[in-house]
Amino acid sequence: MSVLIYTENWDGKFKKVSFELASYAATVAKAMQLPVIALSLGPVDDSELSKLSAYGVSHIMKNSDERFNTLDNQAIAKAIALAAEKVKATLIVLAHNNLGKAVAPRLAVRQKAGMVSAVHGLPFSYDPFTVKKMVFTGKAFSHAVIHSGVKVITLASNSFGLVENKVDFAPEAFETGLGDADFVTRIEQTNKITGKVLLNDADIVVSGGRGMKSGDNWGQLEELANLLGAGTACSRPVSDEGWRPHSEHVGQTGKIIAPNLYFAFGISGAIQHLGGVSSSKIIVAVNKDPDAPIFEAADYGIAGDVFKVLPQFIEAVKEVKSNG
Amino acid sequence: MKILILIGNVPDTTTKVKFNADRTAFDASGVQWIINPWDELALTRAMELKETSGGAVEAVVVANVGRAETEATLRKALAIGADKAIRIDADPKEAGYVASQLATIAAGYDLIMAGIEAADYNGNAVGGMLAEMLGMNSVSAVSGIQIENGQLKINREIDGGSQVVGLPMPLVAIVQKGIAKEPRIPAMRGIMMARSKPLEVVQPIDAAPMTNMVTFEMPPAKAACKMIAEDQAKDLIHLLRDEAKVL
Ligand SMILES: Cc1cc2nc3c(=O)[nH]c(=O)nc-3n(C[C@H](O)[C@H](O)[C@H](O)COP(=O)(O)OP(=O)(O)OC[C@H]3O[C@@H](n4cnc5c(N)ncnc54)[C@H](O)[C@@H]3O)c2cc1C
Ligand SMILES: Nc1ncnc2c1ncn2[C@@H]1O[C@H](COP(=O)(O)O)[C@@H](O)[C@H]1O
Repeated sequence: MSVLIYTENWDGKFKKVSFELASYAATVAKAMQLPVIALSLGPVDDSELSKLSAYGVSHIMKNSDERFNTLDNQAIAKAIALAAEKVKATLIVLAHNNLGKAVAPRLAVRQKAGMVSAVHGLPFSYDPFTVKKMVFTGKAFSHAVIHSGVKVITLASNSFGLVENKVDFAPEAFETGLGDADFVTRIEQTNKITGKVLLNDADIVVSGGRGMKSGDNWGQLEELANLLGAGTACSRPVSDEGWRPHSEHVGQTGKIIAPNLYFAFGISGAIQHLGGVSSSKIIVAVNKDPDAPIFEAADYGIAGDVFKVLPQFIEAVKEVKSNG
Repeated sequence: MKILILIGNVPDTTTKVKFNADRTAFDASGVQWIINPWDELALTRAMELKETSGGAVEAVVVANVGRAETEATLRKALAIGADKAIRIDADPKEAGYVASQLATIAAGYDLIMAGIEAADYNGNAVGGMLAEMLGMNSVSAVSGIQIENGQLKINREIDGGSQVVGLPMPLVAIVQKGIAKEPRIPAMRGIMMARSKPLEVVQPIDAAPMTNMVTFEMPPAKAACKMIAEDQAKDLIHLLRDEAKVL
């Protein structure tokens, strides 16, 4: 028996989510007294694979088939299922991101496993297997029990963190035997967002709402984000108005994020907005209305004008940075 | 081409979430029920495809696993324009259970659309599970669907960008933001017509739920927000570094 993680790669590279998965699975596997195994699909160099071993995962199964780069949901689910059978995985952990959400349900059916998505942190108990799960889009949590012998979960990003624990590293080739007929997704076009910190990866997110008044006013907000190495986000009306791209929309109907630090500039704090950001560790709100609901969710606030506050923030961050 | 839309019945998104006294179940008193927002957008897109595809879309059917009280939600889907509704008469216990029920009525469709998640229990599972149960292809994080020369052309979001992809039918498309701009609001005529459209009730099959939610908790109450004066904004950045330790 074992704990299996599926570590997705992006053009052959891992990201923080991969290392969080590794840290999480290593910790859980230790508690369950089981070995932890990572599965990597698609071309990834051994030097990159070895990075997983810094977080407690020594056993890595790899398959370098380029066809996995099509992110074909059925082929990836099949390959993970084959690996799971090979290592007799009783717990399979995926990231709660686009691909993890797409593949986990298929995998659960294949393995006759119960599945829980958006798991926060370590299980409460291993028998019965009970985890904390986000429900009502962040407005509450449930304690969910998985009864089946094999269990599938997706881990909410930033809900566990990184635990460094360097172990020996041994990659092993893994054959899937999948044929061309197993890959049905034909890619016609790919548009990558380049030169920006991606929202789901960002430790800090700088977000603007309708209080920013116009898409032309985002300069200072972007400057602050650049200084902080932060991602930029917005409320729904801002993306609906076309002031900012849809990929930046956070909230119940947009992205759900959980950075360490979230700045809300000119955002009222509607319940649907908070649903997407309330798991952030620290929330800073700037709103000229002292009664705006965002202040109930925030840790630090300024009841003031964003256009007066932004320049001061930018200056202060520059000072903080230059003082090391 | 026949389209099936899976319809979740969920509390209105502005609902203040409450639980019963021992926190073992959601307290539904006074709650307004709606079509799960993603499913409403999926249905809207299906209607657009039906209207603009020159007859390529023959029928749009909606299906829900739920008790009689969800019929108001299904009638709304009919009022928006679906041709027929199916209700499987069972409590939607968990994703695997719901998908098993839907699998009994979902064969024979060329395109099935599910939402990326239900707004109540955020399972992220029913669409993908149903696809695997039926041996159908699936594609997730779908933000656009077109029909071109009888083929589906799909926009999907990937981590770090977006793609245009093609997949053969029959297909389960798991949809999210972008699939339609605004949900369609039923017109008076649609509401009148919905009354006479078929709403078929199907008996459930036995299926064992593999997960259940035993208790609920609210997020930890936040300490009161620390307020800083507008002209002292720089202090806030220092607090983020020295007190909150997030910079
Ligand atoms: C089904 C459904 C789903 C939804 N999903 C989402 C979602 O995913 N994400 C989302 O964000 N919303 C969502 N909404 C919309 C949500 O209800 C709110 O309408 C929206 O979040 C408001 O955006 P806002 O805070 O930017 O704008 P507003 O509510 O207009 O707030 C603007 C704020 O800016 C302040 N302000 C104005 N000028 C200044 C200034 N110069 N300096 C400082 N402050 C200023 C004002 O005091 C005000 O509080 C959804 C709604 C529905 C019905
Ligand atoms: N009880 C239900 N009846 C029909 N479809 C459902 C039901 N619950 C969920 N779905 C569908 O599955 C999607 C994802 O739901 P979930 O996996 O529960 O988060 C929803 O957007 C619906 O399309």
